[in-house]
Amino acid sequence: MNLEKRKFRFWSWAWFVLGAIYFIVPLYATLRHSLRMERDVIGFKAYVRAFEDADFWETFLLSNALAVATIIASVILIVPTAYWIRLRLPQARRITEFITLLPFVIPAIILVFGLIRTYSSPIGIPFTGIEFFQPLTTTKLGTYALITAGYMVLAMPYMYRSVDTGMRTVDIRTLTEAAQSLGAGWFTIVTQVILPNVRSALLSGALLTFAIVVGEVTLASFLGVDAFGPYLFLIGQHRAYEPAALSFVTFLLTWVAMGLIQLSTGGQGQAAGAH
Amino acid sequence: MAQSSLSLPRVKEPSSLKNWLGVTPFFLFAILFIALPSIYLVQGSFLNGEGQFTLQNYVDLFTTPLIVEAYKLSIQISAATAIGGGIFGFLLAYSITVGGLPRRLRSALITFSGVASNFAGVPLAFAFIATLGRRGFLTLMLKDNFNIDLYQSGFDLYTFWGLTAIYMFFQFPLMVLVMVPALDGLKREWREAAENLGATYSQYWTRIAFPILLPSILGSMILLFGNAFGAYATAYALTGGRLGIVTIQIGAQIRGDVLHNPGLGYAMAMGMVIIMAVSLAIYSWLQKVSERWLQ
Repeated sequence: MNLEKRKFRFWSWAWFVLGAIYFIVPLYATLRHSLRMERDVIGFKAYVRAFEDADFWETFLLSNALAVATIIASVILIVPTAYWIRLRLPQARRITEFITLLPFVIPAIILVFGLIRTYSSPIGIPFTGIEFFQPLTTTKLGTYALITAGYMVLAMPYMYRSVDTGMRTVDIRTLTEAAQSLGAGWFTIVTQVILPNVRSALLSGALLTFAIVVGEVTLASFLGVDAFGPYLFLIGQHRAYEPAALSFVTFLLTWVAMGLIQLSTGGQGQAAGAH
Repeated sequence: MAQSSLSLPRVKEPSSLKNWLGVTPFFLFAILFIALPSIYLVQGSFLNGEGQFTLQNYVDLFTTPLIVEAYKLSIQISAATAIGGGIFGFLLAYSITVGGLPRRLRSALITFSGVASNFAGVPLAFAFIATLGRRGFLTLMLKDNFNIDLYQSGFDLYTFWGLTAIYMFFQFPLMVLVMVPALDGLKREWREAAENLGATYSQYWTRIAFPILLPSILGSMILLFGNAFGAYATAYALTGGRLGIVTIQIGAQIRGDVLHNPGLGYAMAMGMVIIMAVSLAIYSWLQKVSERWLQ
């Protein structure tokens, strides 16, 4: 029995080492490549070059701004909804959960296909000639709004689940009644009472959203937004070392985001996908 | 008569309609940015060039060689990475849960799996070009030290096997993340009971633990299948659109009507949504089956 268990433990180590190799070798190769821009010298020249590029900062900052916009808009949309469903509308739970799962069925490429076709013509009531909006894709602001909405859809499963899990652990009914007896209105309850109580759950959803949005390339390239993802793709076509440097930086950023999620939830990691 | 009986439930609970108002923004968002775009694609897939109803687009899905090839390649890559990544991810999850490895390795691997399953798209493609490309680190190392020439022996990063190797990087970590909770759900009492009845450790695994885990393993593999099937950015960054998987072909169709039939393009997108929906349905059904034992 003991000998048999030891055999199993040996295999455990073997699988673990194999997995570690699969993780580490591509990252090591990327790092190694990024440090060899100058012949026979190991140095950070590729990083310096990459960071010197004004386009890098422009696209990177835009992606960060889009990530922040996505997170804020998602919080405004999802926190009151999840709260209301838990408090007053449990019968809407199934349909809402179904909706939050839809982004798993509709991959980014299909989503952007539908969004482009729907919002590249004027929005109005069919057959009446009444138009509410010009096509969203013709203006910069409209495109940013559209891509933020798209990112909100992509992030929805993770955001909704984190918020809903966060609310399960606090007694929102008692909190609401206590706040109401002190004379608080709905807005005050959601912003001052509920929001602070789910902030660690929100943080993990927000970080995951950040990790999805900053490197995202499918929506950005089809909607023609000059974000970091398309930029990285573009310099990959023309340069040899800078893309490796930026890939490694992206990896470190993802790691920081995931590490913070681990710290804030103390539990299981989460997986999203901008594959 | 009919009208009054229909409106009866609402009269019973006057506050319920008002309650639904609270979730209006969320449903409005879902209608505008999920339902409307989907309806557009569904509707387009049933229209011919003159805007009349037709089923021809769905018939053409199965007869247009470009589309059939794309689906075949996508299904092959997704199945290969789901099965390979599933088996390897399960073994890894086993080793850090019940396999007896130190606890610190467990949290390290889970964090790393979180990172790797999210590290995808363009940076991942670049990382593998630096590793397994023609001048990649591993390619050169194997050639110089072990006299193994990958590219002479038929490997090419920019083909089926290359993309499979890359997808594995985010597939098996995802498997680790979904399998760890299931493995944690194996109860100690089951093993003790088996041992008391004289079962060996491997008998316990083959007769008890594995059958209990099987629905969960299969379900997770289907999840991986969908995960790979919907992937676009990685393949596009790697080959710039030369490897004709379904997502790449849909991308080409969005950029310019390469199929010369918009309706067929929408039908192709719908085919993909149907495959994703079926995988998700099977996944959630298998999850329910496995919840009978594993909480």
